[in-house]
Amino acid sequence: MIDNEYDVIVVGCGPGGSSTAKECAKRGLKVLALDRNLEIGTPVRCGEGLSENSVQTLGLDMPNGAKAQKIKGAIVYAPDGRRIKIAFKGTEGFVLERKMFDKWLAMEAGRAGAMTVPKSNVYDVIIEDGYVKGVKANVMGKDMEIRAKIIVAADGVESVIARKAGIKSGKNPMFVDSGFQYEMVGIDIEDPHSIILYFGNKIAPRGYVWIFPKGKDVANVGIGIAGNLGGEMTAKKYLDKWIETQPGIKKGSIIEVNGGCIPVGNFLKNMVVNGCLGVGDSVNQVNPIHGGGIAESIKASRIAADVIDKAIKSGDLSSSVLSEYNERWWKERGGTLKNVEKVREMFEKMSDEEMNDLGEVLSGEDLVDLAHGKNYAKVAKIYAKFKVKGIRRKIGI
Amino acid sequence: MTVKVDRGKCISCFGCVSVCPVMALKEKERFPECDPDKCTSCGTCVKFCPAGALTLVKGEKK
Repeated sequence: MIDNEYDVIVVGCGPGGSSTAKECAKRGLKVLALDRNLEIGTPVRCGEGLSENSVQTLGLDMPNGAKAQKIKGAIVYAPDGRRIKIAFKGTEGFVLERKMFDKWLAMEAGRAGAMTVPKSNVYDVIIEDGYVKGVKANVMGKDMEIRAKIIVAADGVESVIARKAGIKSGKNPMFVDSGFQYEMVGIDIEDPHSIILYFGNKIAPRGYVWIFPKGKDVANVGIGIAGNLGGEMTAKKYLDKWIETQPGIKKGSIIEVNGGCIPVGNFLKNMVVNGCLGVGDSVNQVNPIHGGGIAESIKASRIAADVIDKAIKSGDLSSSVLSEYNERWWKERGGTLKNVEKVREMFEKMSDEEMNDLGEVLSGEDLVDLAHGKNYAKVAKIYAKFKVKGIRRKIGI
Repeated sequence: MTVKVDRGKCISCFGCVSVCPVMALKEKERFPECDPDKCTSCGTCVKFCPAGALTLVKGEKK
């Protein structure tokens, strides 16, 4: 079933890995995609949101089973309880059934000709003459050395393979969130077609609590907080404490628990080494405001496949050829995400009082633009407006 | 030093593996495991753990 040599080995079959495998296979390359789990798509470690805009731009023709709920807008609660309702084109999207979504992407890779294999734990890379030349893996119980011209480290936020290959993708706790989530049933959801977010440093320091509805009475109820807080309070404790204050949520039952590490910034100038490149969470390709990485990793996978194809056809697998991936990613995504990171930094420094001020001056549309790094001039304007509001509050007018 | 994993609390998210600066933690049988030879007892993983499942303890070097 498995050969000893491939053009491309993809480590990890999340959205980034499966898409890279598919795109490479479509270009006629011989691709092996390994995933350590028994079932591709599990366990889920995600809030499962994806915007309609991303679905359209990426041309994702996903099956109905991969979509749990159509989302038409968002409801945001400021720390003082002020409610901002956002509902217009541009905020539409889906809460996914990630287990189905990831599996579908892996099937797409398989249909394009890539060989996908679950229960395959890649634990090391083979480096010779300064080039990554293959992987050491336990493939369904059998230890193997498998070689390839290019290794794609799509091994997620843990990025052990990316790091072993020499990509400087270690996670600085300053730039990660610690996430914890329950999938709950039998809860009251004020609007099952809106995602609902609660802000406030007491509720979720440097983050927020989210409710992502997956049906009338089913939702992902989760929290993300700064990854370097320490102390007695963990993400789980913050979430449990918040749920205690919400009778409509508290009465529900839990059907799934998950969590994880969410990269929120620290974009890498260099995501390649000789014979290897990183895609997705492994190299922090995540929107640092909402923590979404699905769209980002799929966008990156398409650039990666182009560059890999070119490198393999040219016979030069060095980092200088692969660095076209860096350049194109930074041009297409990095610049925008860097702006989003600046907005995030501004949010991080805010007290609850300041966040309440922001809730007053921001429109829903502004919030969405901020989250997508769309209109940087507007951000500056909003920031000025918000500063004025702060001064007014201080002097009492 | 090493890191003790309370499997009752652990949700197997492997966030600790992600944030460990020296790659002392790795997955073993669906739970994280710490290599005391590599661990520098910096406490990053303990601070990060969303479920509060980790503690620093004295560990034997191999």
